Formats: sequence, structure tokens, C-alpha cells
Amino acid sequence: MFDLTGRKALVTGATGGIGEEIARTLHARGAIVGLHGTRVEKLEALASELGDRVKIFPANLSDRDEVKALGEKAEADLGGVDILVNNAGITKDGLFVRMSDADWDAVLEVNLTAVFRLTRELTHPMMRRRYGRIINITSVVGVTGNPGQANYCASKAGMIGFSKSLAQEIATRNVTVNCVAPGFIESAMTGKLNDKQKEGIMGAIPMKRMGTGAEVASAVVYLASGEASYVTGQTIHVNGGMAMI
Amino acid sequence: MSDIAERVKKIVIDHLGVDADKVVEGASFIDDLGADSLDTVELVMAFEEEFGVEIPDDAADSILTVGDAVKFIEKAQA
Repeated sequence: MFDLTGRKALVTGATGGIGEEIARTLHARGAIVGLHGTRVEKLEALASELGDRVKIFPANLSDRDEVKALGEKAEADLGGVDILVNNAGITKDGLFVRMSDADWDAVLEVNLTAVFRLTRELTHPMMRRRYGRIINITSVVGVTGNPGQANYCASKAGMIGFSKSLAQEIATRNVTVNCVAPGFIESAMTGKLNDKQKEGIMGAIPMKRMGTGAEVASAVVYLASGEASYVTGQTIHVNGGMAMI
Repeated sequence: MSDIAERVKKIVIDHLGVDADKVVEGASFIDDLGADSLDTVELVMAFEEEFGVEIPDDAADSILTVGDAVKFIEKAQA
């Protein structure tokens, strides 16, 4: 089950907490993994830890030309990308009435526009090969909303709509498009929350704990596998019961 | 058949997996050759790549048959 031997995967944001676990887990299932990130040293460290079957692709996702180049390079260097995991994301939180254009634009650019552009680069070759798995890492707050995160929630909700549309367009080509929506996961992103925020969150999670990157990665591996061949346009929520949707 | 027509024909055969004798000038991609809307987009992209021409969306919409494609490319390259 869930054997990915010989499959080629590209994971964006592979140096973040969740992305790193996704890369690790896909690699452990036998995939050849392309690691994207912005920090070369971190990418190299993860690559050397994983050993064989790894390539690194540093790129700045707020630069549209770099996003396009990333897709072309990954396709060429990996010899065709079978599994694309759009995981990279940023936050620029702030109450809506005081949210600046810059904070809105920055989040939408990386979390949504870069996903569109990178996916466009890689979808056509997948269609040609009649095989592909596109997995977009969204968030529970893309469905529920969250005060202070209008930009982030908009980008994550956008990702879900994007995935459903694309899933319908390319289903006949054996390319599936799905989302994984983590709840609160131990990572640098949730590390930024203060104690009061964390306390509030715990109260809303039936499991009374944050999730781990590995628990998110398990859902990704499922969607990436041959076993998930009839699953497309879906969102798998990994949130400890925090939202049951 | 011109060189362009031969190359167009080859792309259509490869992409749609149809018999060569069906790919005649008047053959409609959708009605005669079984293409769906995605196939037509992919064909247009394949023509663009093969011939180094750009086929804008409104022009692509008017390319319905093998002959339409050949004519468009001949004009674009002239």
C-alpha cells in the first residue's frame, strides 16, 4: 500500500515544519523528491539527511519568473513531475480594518498566484503522460475563517476552489487534484501564536492537542498514491476534530 | 500534401491516437476524430510548439478541422 517507488515529487516550502515532514514521508515511501525552499542551506541539510533520490530547487515564490523557472527546472531535472505538493505558504496577520495592501498582496501572491503558476507549468506534462497527483496544502481556516487572517483565509479558500475547478478539467487525463487542510499543527507558523491564542485554540480542538507534520504528511501520501486513484476535487481535513466539515 | 500538412497530421495522429486515413483535410477534431475540448487545447499547444507560432484563443476557437490548422499555420509562417 502507498508505494511511491519511482514516482517523482516536487514539494514546495520543504524547509518548513509541515513541508519537511511531507518531503520526508514521500521519500520514505520510495519517491524521488524535489525540495523547493528559499533557504539553500536548509535545503542542502535536508537533502543530505535524506541521501539518495533528492534534488533541491531554491526559488522565491513571490517572483513570478522564478516560479515559472522552478516548474521548468523541476520537470527537466526530475525527468517529469508526477506528484506536485503545493505546500509553501506565508502569513501576514492583522485585523482587517488595518490590513495593508502590501500584506494582502504578499500573501495572495505566494499562497495562491504562485500555486496557479507552478501548477500550470506542471499540469500540461502530467496530462500528456496521463498521470499526475496535485496536492494543495490549504488550511482549516480557509473553510472556517479566522479573525486576523482575512488575507491568509482568502488565499486558502481560493486554493480549494482552484483545486475543484482544475480537478474537473483534467480528471479524464488521470490527473487528480486534491487538498489537505491541516488544523493547528506544531510548526514555525503556529509557534508565532501567543499563549493566550494557543489556549483558545486548544479549547476548540476535541483532541486537546496540536497535530504534527507527520499526521499531515500521511494524508498527502495517501492522495499521492495509486490507492487514491478515484479521489479528486476533495479536501481531507487533518485537524483533531476542530472543524467537522 | 505540404510539409506543414504532414507535420500537422502527425501531431493529430500521435495525440488523438486515430488512424492516419481518418486525418483528412476536412476532418473535424471533435466530430470526426473524437477529440474533447481539452484535446483541442492540447493540439493547439502542440502546434504552437512544433511550428513556433502563437495561436491566440480567438484564432484557436476557429480551428475546427485539420485543414483549418494547416491554413492558420501556413498564414502565420508566411
